[in-house]
Amino acid sequence: MEASLARYIWTHTKKQQLWILMIVVLSMIPYFMSFDLPKLIVNGPIQGRGFEQPGATQPFMRLHYNLPFIGEVQFFSGFQLDREETLFALSLVFLLLVVINGLFKFYINTYKGRLGERMLRRIRFDLVDRVLRFPPVYFKRVKSAEVATMVKDEVEPLGGFIGDAFLQPVLLGGQALTAMLFIMIQNVWLGMIAVVIVAIQIVLIPRMRRRLIVLGRQRQLTARALSGRVGEIVDGIGTVHVHDTSNYERADIAARLGLIFKIRFDLYQWKFMVKFLNNFLAQLTPFLFYMLGGYLVLQGRLDVGQLVAVIGAYKDLPGPMKELIDWDQDRQDVQVKYQQVVEQFTVEGLIAPSIMALTMDDPDPMTKPLSAINLSIADDGGAMLLNRISLQVKPGETVALVSTATGGAEALAEAFARLIWPDSGKVASGTDDLLELPEAVTGRRISYASSDVFLFQASLRDNLLYGLKHAPLTSVPYDGAAADQHRWNIHEARRSGNPDLDIHGDWINYASAGATGPHDLFEAVRRVLDAVVLSRDILDLGLRSSADLTRHTELARRIVELRAALRTRLEQEGLSGLVVPFEPGAYNKEATIGQNLLFGAAAGPELADRALAANPYFASVLRQAGLDRTLYEMGLEIAKQAIELFADLPPDHQFFQQLAFMSAEEIPAYETLLQRLKNRPYEAVSENDRAMIVTLSFAYIEPRHRFGLLSDELMSKIVAARNRFYEDLPPELHNAIERYDPAKYIAAATVMDNVLFGRVGNNHPDAPDRIRSIVYDILDELGLYGELLDVGLDFNVGSGGRRLTGGQRQKLDVARALLKRPDFLILNRPLSALDQRMQDKVLRNVLEEARRDGHSPAIVWVVTNPAMAMMFDRVVVFDSGQLAEDGTHETLLAGNGIFKELLS
Amino acid sequence: MLLKDEVGMLQRVPLFSAIEPTKLKLLAFTSDRVSYSAGQILFRQGDEGDAAYVILSGRADILVDSDSGPIKVAELEPNSIVGEIAILCNSSRTATVRAASPLEALRIRKDHFLRLMREFPEMTIEILRVLADRLSHTTADLIDARSAK
Repeated sequence: MEASLARYIWTHTKKQQLWILMIVVLSMIPYFMSFDLPKLIVNGPIQGRGFEQPGATQPFMRLHYNLPFIGEVQFFSGFQLDREETLFALSLVFLLLVVINGLFKFYINTYKGRLGERMLRRIRFDLVDRVLRFPPVYFKRVKSAEVATMVKDEVEPLGGFIGDAFLQPVLLGGQALTAMLFIMIQNVWLGMIAVVIVAIQIVLIPRMRRRLIVLGRQRQLTARALSGRVGEIVDGIGTVHVHDTSNYERADIAARLGLIFKIRFDLYQWKFMVKFLNNFLAQLTPFLFYMLGGYLVLQGRLDVGQLVAVIGAYKDLPGPMKELIDWDQDRQDVQVKYQQVVEQFTVEGLIAPSIMALTMDDPDPMTKPLSAINLSIADDGGAMLLNRISLQVKPGETVALVSTATGGAEALAEAFARLIWPDSGKVASGTDDLLELPEAVTGRRISYASSDVFLFQASLRDNLLYGLKHAPLTSVPYDGAAADQHRWNIHEARRSGNPDLDIHGDWINYASAGATGPHDLFEAVRRVLDAVVLSRDILDLGLRSSADLTRHTELARRIVELRAALRTRLEQEGLSGLVVPFEPGAYNKEATIGQNLLFGAAAGPELADRALAANPYFASVLRQAGLDRTLYEMGLEIAKQAIELFADLPPDHQFFQQLAFMSAEEIPAYETLLQRLKNRPYEAVSENDRAMIVTLSFAYIEPRHRFGLLSDELMSKIVAARNRFYEDLPPELHNAIERYDPAKYIAAATVMDNVLFGRVGNNHPDAPDRIRSIVYDILDELGLYGELLDVGLDFNVGSGGRRLTGGQRQKLDVARALLKRPDFLILNRPLSALDQRMQDKVLRNVLEEARRDGHSPAIVWVVTNPAMAMMFDRVVVFDSGQLAEDGTHETLLAGNGIFKELLS
Repeated sequence: MLLKDEVGMLQRVPLFSAIEPTKLKLLAFTSDRVSYSAGQILFRQGDEGDAAYVILSGRADILVDSDSGPIKVAELEPNSIVGEIAILCNSSRTATVRAASPLEALRIRKDHFLRLMREFPEMTIEILRVLADRLSHTTADLIDARSAK
């Protein structure tokens, strides 16, 4: 990127800059015409010049010019208009000029704005493009939040400046020069005074602003460091809590903010100081004009008319001068910002764009051996991680890398994956340096997974398929408005130097996963998930989440079949007692009273949780069913019992988890409420208080809470109220509730709740586990297992994958590497978060899965435990950055080397 | 059976007899009511101890594994508590408990039980007393057994 902002802008926008300049010059014509017009109106029709005779007319729109050599030429003799007509005609011309000027201004501003925004888009893209091309070592030294703030905030002011970058100085400079020239013509001496003052301004003000620039740079750096630190606090919040260092962080942030404040305040002081001086100098000139000019007039060396003309002309000088100086200030400001950013993004050893060029066709398989040749790698501190290693991995070979603590096997794996670059020697595929191969080859034919997993904040599916998204393989057909929008997107992207690749196209490379399209990709996904033993976890996630019915139609279509299959199975196994199904005409004892009343899943906030009791329609249904008073009394009883049981406990007591009715914080509120409502007749209780009390009864489950509050009569009343509720459901609540229907899938409920369509009994401690395994069995029998897995794959893994456990993240990373079906599979202690037994199991599965269908990739696995090496063709042992042993498992075991020592 | 009946039952368990009814009610409320049919296993020998059980109704057998299969060593009746030793000692279950008839029980979770002991010393003392009592019985049995040899 160019070091100078002006050059960067000129290179990319010179045509547009010249065009807008031309338009601005053009706009001057109507602008100056509109200056002249008021004089014409006032002197002519209003004051009556030229209309001295009643009925006199004047020509309007007469076009005549005095051309040199030819004399006066008349193109159009004009309309003859009388005084009133002229007034209207001229006024209309004035209006027309106002409109024309406005339109010019509108066009110019829009054009400048668009120019600026396009450049901003270009700069931002260039910066991110560079981030993608930085050498790996750079990322050890830079904080992600700082890079983000540079791309987002620091270049932002550039957008506003770019439209004015060349236009403003030309325009304002022109105006200032004109005014200056006029003064000079009137009187040379007074003109000289103005020149001197302007010269002082031009010399002094920028000089004073140097400090502003220094301060501006400091402001930028400190603000960037602040956002880096804030990012660090967010990322390391666990460490902060664990060590009770939150106050240390507070102190650090406060100190930084203090520094930023000081810099900003200094900046303000200087800015206004400069402004003051500038204004003073501007005002000094008229003072000199009055004094010196007046003196000259008194002396008789200057006539009054000239003095007035000079002072009049001077009025037009400070305005453009001030704006020019402001423009210069802006220019320096954005130049500093731009330089600061460009410096950060100018890095030695940037990856050449050709290495990362978009490649649509799949490259040929890597059939040549992957080798390290005299490879040395040092860490940042200069210590040698690998010292002149030479090693060759042949296609199809499985190699275990065993390493002592300082062995360096991890560094070798990272070098194979291009994640660290050699300090000397090289990594080669056949005879080609790996670093010179396009990423389209290494990124598709080599897979890498390590213990240090990065997941994007997206669904499990997106993360799993991420390794297949190399290029947009199909284009999406657009029509109608979408097509226009798409064309516009492409046009604008090109104008800003952005690529026009369609993010909405299908980027998934099905072939490399061994599939032909979306329909059979799932088989491959399922196999790799099974291989890393992650399927069960994802199924569990699927059961606990609500399915997206636009995607998982099968589940909804066959829900009746599923429910029936579950009932039959439970009956066969004599477990019918475990689940109490929902039946439209019956009370479900294992569900809460609220669930029995609603008999549906709340799909919006209107009828969810605490809002239910306060909902006016729901309250009216309760009243009509004669339940309002009963439930109120029930709520009172529950409140009494709960307070009696829990009032003495500290709020953080673990028993509160058992209290479904209210939280620990609400207990005092309910205590005072009970006091207030004591002995008060039901009729005198306010709506709000009633809702507070009634809501308690909604959470009540008789077999679980055992207060003895439920009678047969009450149950039948509740069922009656349920029916009444749905009979007159007002239209605005239709979308707030999904009624339980044995024949329908409930979109707002989890998959588990949908299959169960009932409640698990409270008095069978192992019921949930047993039912879950039965549900899995049934889904498998009905061929819906894959569908459920797919629901689970919708799960959003959270920022950095933190909603998954460490073990799950590592398994997902390995699955992602496997899915690509590479020629070389590099695994760098990939499962360190798992226990040894699980590691062994996944290892066996992965070796098998990688070789399925006659595939035979080379596998390089840095093992966490030397015992795992048994499963590989070849074992390579590293010690202190040296290759210590290399051979089959048997030969190394037979020798008396480090490997044997490590094993024992 | 309602909460207040369970409190009545708990009061009849020697371990809890000296504890205030309100505390017992809290214990009952925070425990799970569980039911088993005859032959179902409450827990197995060797499992980790995560809860104690108070038998509310029905009977259960205590079984210990031996070379010749499980041997029934005792029978549990309503109002008895079982499984508290594994909770207190952090050890695994020393025996298997199997329902001998339809069984209703209160399942007191380990953390709840320990929390109650910490908060209500009178309960802890009572538990100590019962345990000491058992120990002296066991010692007496041991002496009898040794002297009978």
